[in-house]
Amino acid sequence: MHLTHLSLVDFRSYPALDLTLSPGTTTFVGSNGQGKTNLLEAIGYVATLASHRVAGDAPLVRDGADRAIVRTRIVRGDRAALVELEIVPGRANRARLNRAPVTRTRDVLGLLCTVLFAPEDLALVKGDPAGRRQFLDGLLVARAPRMAAVLADYERVVRQRSTLLRTAGAARRSGGRGDLRTLDVWDGYLATHGAELLAARLALVEALRPAVVEAYAAVAGAAAEVAIDYRASVPLPEGSVGGTGERERLVEAMHAALADARAREIERGMTLVGPHRDDLQLSIAGRPARGYASHGESWSFALALRLASFELLRADDREPVLLLDDVFAELDSRRRARLAELVAPAEQVLVTAAVGGDVPAELAGRRYLVADAEVHDAD
Amino acid sequence: MYEGIVQDLIDELGRLPGIGPKSAQRIAFHLLAADPVDVRRLAVALTEVKEKVRFCRSCFNVAQAELCRICADPRRDQTLICVVEEPKDVVAIERTREFRGLYHVLGGAINPIGGVGPDDLHIRELVARLADGTVSELILATDPNTEGEVTASYLARQIGPMGLRVTRLASGLPMGGDLEWADEVTLGRAFEGRRVVGA
Repeated sequence: MHLTHLSLVDFRSYPALDLTLSPGTTTFVGSNGQGKTNLLEAIGYVATLASHRVAGDAPLVRDGADRAIVRTRIVRGDRAALVELEIVPGRANRARLNRAPVTRTRDVLGLLCTVLFAPEDLALVKGDPAGRRQFLDGLLVARAPRMAAVLADYERVVRQRSTLLRTAGAARRSGGRGDLRTLDVWDGYLATHGAELLAARLALVEALRPAVVEAYAAVAGAAAEVAIDYRASVPLPEGSVGGTGERERLVEAMHAALADARAREIERGMTLVGPHRDDLQLSIAGRPARGYASHGESWSFALALRLASFELLRADDREPVLLLDDVFAELDSRRRARLAELVAPAEQVLVTAAVGGDVPAELAGRRYLVADAEVHDAD
Repeated sequence: MYEGIVQDLIDELGRLPGIGPKSAQRIAFHLLAADPVDVRRLAVALTEVKEKVRFCRSCFNVAQAELCRICADPRRDQTLICVVEEPKDVVAIERTREFRGLYHVLGGAINPIGGVGPDDLHIRELVARLADGTVSELILATDPNTEGEVTASYLARQIGPMGLRVTRLASGLPMGGDLEWADEVTLGRAFEGRRVVGA
């Protein structure tokens, strides 16, 4: 798929922007703070309904405006879809598809599929497990938008259950009874929703593994023994590889782990087992990448995870739009050249760079200059 | 900001659910321009609703007497009770004209974040209503979201051992819709709840 139009109203630094896009590579060049990343952020928002830079929506709306609008036209094969999002901080966003309002904003998920490469990706390797869980969940939703509902349900159950544990735990410590009569019921929902998420993540890691190994070798230019493994907080049944067929067994595993952890959970007032406590372990030559990998190896791994996502989505027949936000500046010339080679076959690649020369010649494409929230053709 | 009384009215209206500052202002100026008789009728309705409306002794639906209109109606099937979260759910089900039994309004759903536990809902009263054995089926019609589902499961566990039939409303596809437009969660639920088609 590719985008043919992007228009912004009061999004970040842009009072108004109307941009025509075409398949192939487009590079946005400009100094820092001129608004290059905002363009890719807006496109990423349409794909995921979240920013890759901030958690809340407030920073996305231009100072002084009360709402931001992102409008984009997505072409997939011979079909086009016009998606319009209205971002109002503190309120539910509104979405329109082909000029008609949709019931729930979530319904536009899946229309646009993107893979974003950003300087923040280094945290996938060096940062906390939360970032790696987010990586897996983002890819799950990109492959099957239905998963957004599963994730939302699971997170809701975790929050409710943890509040119950915290309140009851506090009451017990101060000599009260602490009402835990509903805990068994919450356990049931935590187990079923958790097992569904777990099954999906396990299957995803299985599918991702060969693609990551291949992408790492391609980026690093050397065969290294890299591995990705799902580390579950719940003891998994022997030989678990995920998928819907395993859901029943995983529900049982969740129940067993919850029974084991119950006393500790009440004492600490939090939900200690379940996919919200899991991690994706990355290792190079048998050692954890976090802490052992060099800066260059860490970048190769981060790029390999993104490139593997690209390959997986392609294999699903969901050819994503690739967004490369300021990544070339982070890489040495060898990795730059290899990355350029690997992303060049994509239907559409949108690149930002502070210095035009950082972008390898393979990705020449169209060039735009970005200055002070205006975008001009450079040619 | 407007002067005293007008601003007070805007502030009060703005506290109502679903009404933001802009709508509150629009309603306030509409009332200022309206016929005094119309405004008085609204004021009377507002005062009376708090003075005269109470909750049914039996089912906790809104009522104007000890018992609500439905509980007081001898033609309703006394062997069926439909459990809902709020009085507005009773209205929604009554509109279908499908259900001829009685209701029980819980007054919400189990919600630890909102500070709502089983004792904050009319669950004990429900159990008491079932004690004499008149009721043969309990229909759980709490909302099809996380809190509603948990509440239904909790009730099923509490009431299951009493030996009556406990059922849950089916969740599934909207009528008059196209299968291809159903969202996947709804479609998935509809699959789980599929039934045999009679010959």
